[in-house]
Amino acid sequence: RSARYVGAGQPHKRRRTSEPSEIEERLESLICRVGEKSTSSLESNLEGLAGVLEADLPNYKSKILRILCTVARLLPEKLTVYTTLVGLLNARNYNFGGEFVEAMIRQLKECLKVNMYNEAVYLVRFLSDLVNCHVIAAPSMVAMFENFVSVTQEEDVPQVRCDWYMFAFLSSLPWVGKELYEKKDAEMDRLLSQTESYLKRRQKIHVPMLQVWTADKPHPQEEYLDCLWSQIQKLKKDRWQERHILRPYLAFDSILCEALQHNLPPFTSPPHTEDSVYPMPRVIFRMFDYTDDPEGPVMPGSHSVERFVIEENLHCIIKSHWKERKTCAAQLLSYPGNNKIPLNYHIVEVIFAELFQLPSPPHIEVMYTTLLIELCKLQPGSLPQVLAQATEMLYMRLDTMNTTCIDRFINWFSHHLSNFQFRWSWEDWSDCLTQDLEKPKPKFVREVLEKCMRLSYHQRIIDIVPASFSVLSPANPVCIYKYGDESNRSLPGYTVALCLTIAIKNKASNDEIFSILKDVPNPNQDDDDDEGFTFNPLKIEVFVQTLLHLAAKSFSHSFSALAKFHEVFKTLAESDEGKLHVLRVVYEVWKNHPQMIAVLVDKMIRTQIVDCAAVANWIFSSELAHDFTRFYIWEILHSTIRKMNKHVLKIHKELEETKARLARQHKRRDSDDDDDDDDRSSDREDGPLEEQIERLQEKVESAQSEQKNLFLVIFQRFIMLLTEHLVRCETGGIDVFTPWYKSCIERLQQIFLQHHQIIQQYMVTLENLLFTAELDHHILAVFQQFCALQA
Amino acid sequence: KEKEKEKEKMCSGGTLSILRSDSYADLSQYRDQHFRGTRYEQERLLRKSCTLYVGNLSFYTTEEQIHELFGKSGDVKKIIMGLDKVKKTACGFCFVEYYARGDAENAMRYINGTRLDDRIIRTDWDAGFKEGRQYGRGRSGGQVRDEYRQDYDAGRGGYGKTVQCQ
Repeated sequence: RSARYVGAGQPHKRRRTSEPSEIEERLESLICRVGEKSTSSLESNLEGLAGVLEADLPNYKSKILRILCTVARLLPEKLTVYTTLVGLLNARNYNFGGEFVEAMIRQLKECLKVNMYNEAVYLVRFLSDLVNCHVIAAPSMVAMFENFVSVTQEEDVPQVRCDWYMFAFLSSLPWVGKELYEKKDAEMDRLLSQTESYLKRRQKIHVPMLQVWTADKPHPQEEYLDCLWSQIQKLKKDRWQERHILRPYLAFDSILCEALQHNLPPFTSPPHTEDSVYPMPRVIFRMFDYTDDPEGPVMPGSHSVERFVIEENLHCIIKSHWKERKTCAAQLLSYPGNNKIPLNYHIVEVIFAELFQLPSPPHIEVMYTTLLIELCKLQPGSLPQVLAQATEMLYMRLDTMNTTCIDRFINWFSHHLSNFQFRWSWEDWSDCLTQDLEKPKPKFVREVLEKCMRLSYHQRIIDIVPASFSVLSPANPVCIYKYGDESNRSLPGYTVALCLTIAIKNKASNDEIFSILKDVPNPNQDDDDDEGFTFNPLKIEVFVQTLLHLAAKSFSHSFSALAKFHEVFKTLAESDEGKLHVLRVVYEVWKNHPQMIAVLVDKMIRTQIVDCAAVANWIFSSELAHDFTRFYIWEILHSTIRKMNKHVLKIHKELEETKARLARQHKRRDSDDDDDDDDRSSDREDGPLEEQIERLQEKVESAQSEQKNLFLVIFQRFIMLLTEHLVRCETGGIDVFTPWYKSCIERLQQIFLQHHQIIQQYMVTLENLLFTAELDHHILAVFQQFCALQA
Repeated sequence: KEKEKEKEKMCSGGTLSILRSDSYADLSQYRDQHFRGTRYEQERLLRKSCTLYVGNLSFYTTEEQIHELFGKSGDVKKIIMGLDKVKKTACGFCFVEYYARGDAENAMRYINGTRLDDRIIRTDWDAGFKEGRQYGRGRSGGQVRDEYRQDYDAGRGGYGKTVQCQ
C-alpha cells in the first residue's frame, strides 16, 4: 500500500491518480505525526509507516529522504522514533539506508558551514543512534568521533570550536555509549582519556559571567562540559546502563540485526574560518534536587545521565513548539516517564533555566510567562504549587543572584501575578522589611510592586500588600510641577511659566513660544548671543516643566505635546548640554513615574530631540545617582542601545538595497536598450543611484561611529564610577563588595553580554583605550571574562 | 549574506508546513465589514500589518497599562484608545501599533488570551488605523457587543445598552 490510499476515503470516491502534492503532504503528515497519541502501539505504527514509505520509495524517494533529514534536525525529542523508522527502512531497502546516511552527512556539513551548531548536534546524535538500529557500523561511528576529538589538537583555533566537537561527541554517548564501548572499548577508552585531558586544560575564565548565582550552595552551577563529563563518567561506571531513553528499536531487534550496516564516509571537520561563529559556553542551571519533592518519584541526580537526557528533551520540546503555547505545554506534560520522574519539577526547572540563561534566553521572555500559565491551566492541582515553591526558593537566594537574572525574575513574577489577581502570601516575605532597602530582597519586592502597579494602578497595589509593606510600595505616579503653587512665585521663570501655560492652552504656535521664552534670562553669564538660542538651562526648565505638566494626562497627550513643539525642543536642545538638561528636567517632573520617563526618553530619541550619547551621559550623571540601581534606569539604557543598533542596521539595509538597485540598473543597460523605459525613468526620479549610494555610505559610517561612541561613553563612565568606589573602599579600609557595587559590576557585565555581537567589533579599541592593564583588576576581570566567551 | 540565506532556508523547516505551525499569529476568521477595498486587499494588509486590535478591555484600563503589557513583545509605536462615539470616553477596545511585524506576532502568540486588569483580552490583526475607526459602532455610541449583551459586566458599564433601556 502506498500513501495515496492512506485515509483516502470511500473506494467509490477514490480518484484514479492523486495529485503528487497531495501525496507529498500526506507523506509529511504521516512522518511528522508518527509517535503521537494513537490507538495503536508505537511499534505497530512504525511498522505500518515503514511499509507505506517502502512502497512509495520508487516515486517519492528524494521527498522522503528530505522529510526524514528534516525531522532528524528539527524534532530531536523524537530521535529514537525516527532512527527506528530509518532502521526498518534500511532493513527493507539497503540502498535507501545508504542514501539516507549520505544525505545526513551532507546536511551535517551544510549546518556546520552556516554556523547552525545546535542543529548539527542533533544530526550527530541521530547518526550515533543509527548504530543502535544497525544502519551504521559502530567502528565507523567511533572513527567519526575520533575525528571530532582530534579537533582539540588543532592550533590557533578558538576554544569554543573544540568545545563544540567535544560536546557533539559526549552528548551522543547516552544514546550510543554502550554499543560503541562493546564493539570498540580500547578506542573509546582512548577517546575518553583524550577528552579528560582536554577538559582539564581548557580555560574557564568565562564561567562567573554566565552563572545565575554567585554561590555554590545548595546547587553548584557547573560549566556545561564539566557537568556532561561527570555524567558520562558516571554512565561509564554504571557500565553504560542507561534506562531512561525510550528505544523503540529494541522491539525490532530480530529484524534490525539482519540488516546490513553502512560505513560512514571519512569525516573531515570543516576548518575554522573568519566567519565561523560557535555556540557560546553555558552554565547548567539547577534549582531542584530529590529533597524538593519528598512525596513523589525521585529526581535523578545532577550527575546522572538521566538528568541530562530529560533536560535535553524538554529543551528540545520548547524549541520545537515555542510558537504554539498550548501544544508546547501539552507536549511537555506528556513527556514519557511521568510516574518515574517528578516531571513538573523538571519542567519548571528547564523553563527557569531558559528564562535566566545568560547572555540571553533562547526565546522572548514573555513566552515563558505565558507557557507557565498554560501549564498551570493544564495541571491546576499540581503545577501552581511547584511554581510557588520555585518562586520561594528564588526569593530565598536573591542575595547571590545575578542582577540581570533578578530583572527577569521581577518581570516574570509581576506579569504572572497580574494574571492571578496579584494573589501572593506577601507576609511570608516580611523578613525583607527589616533589611536595608538597597539589599536584594527588599529591592526585589519594591521593583515587583512597581511593575505590578504598571499593570494595574496605584491603589490596587496598596490594597494587595499588608500594611507593613507600605515602605516598599511604589510612589503614586504623579507629576511634580515646580511652578504649580503660588508659593513658588519667587522662583526665577515663574511668570514666564504662567505666560507659557496660557499661551499653550490657547493653541500657541512654536514662534509664539519662542518669543515668550526670549524674556527668560540666562543664568550662564558668558552668553552674548542676541538670539538667546544657545544653552539656557532656565529656558529649558520653564518650557519643559510647563509643557509636560500640561500634557501630563496620558502618554498620548505627552507625545502630542512633543510633536507639536518639536521645533522648540530641537532648538533648546541643540547643544549637548541642552540635551542633557532636557533629560534632567524630564526626570525632575516625572521622577514618581518611571514608566513615563522611559516613554518620553524613547520618543525624544526617535524624534531626535536628544541623542543616544546624551541619554547615556544622563544616566551616569550625579543627579541620577540615587536611582542608579533601579531597574527602570537600565531598561532605558538598554532600550537606547537597541535603538542605536536598529538604526545602524536599517541604514545598512538601505545601502544594500540601493546597491542592488544599481546592479539591476547596470544589468538592464547591458541588455536591450529599447525596453524598460519606465524603470529607467523611475530611477532618474530618485536621483543618480551612484550619488545615493555615496550618501548612504556616509550615513552608514556616521551611524557606526555614533554607535561605537555610545559604547565607549558607557564603558568609560562605568570605569570612572567603579574606580571611584574601589579607591574609596581601599583608602577607607571598607569592604568593596557592597550591594551597590555588586549591582554596578553586574550591570557592566550586562552591557557586554546583551550586546556582545556589536561589542566584538570594538575589541581592539577597548583593549587599547579603556580596559588596559592599569585598570583595577576587579574591573579588568569583567573584560577578560567577556573576551573568554568566544576565545 | 549567502550564509544567511542558506541558514534561513534550513531554519524554515523546509517545506514541512506541520513543523511551521503558528496558529496564534495566523489571520482569524473576522473581517472588518467597514473596510473600504477588496477582500484581497484587506487580507494583503492584514498579512503585513503591525497593528493589532485589542478587545474586551475594561472601560477603566489606561493607555499606560496597555503600553506596559504590550511592550513585553517589543517596542510599541502607538496606542489609540477606542472611544464611545457620543461620550468620547474609553469604551473597551484599542489599537496597538508596533514598529516591527515580528513584535506584533509575538503579541498575538503570548499576550492574546491573557489577562489585563483581570480580564482575558483578545487581540486580532488590524488592516491599519484610519481616522474614525477609534469609535464604537454600536447605536448608543459604544461597541456593538455592549448593545445587546444580557450579562452584568462592571468593567463595561454594567448591563448591555438594550437591557439598560428596559
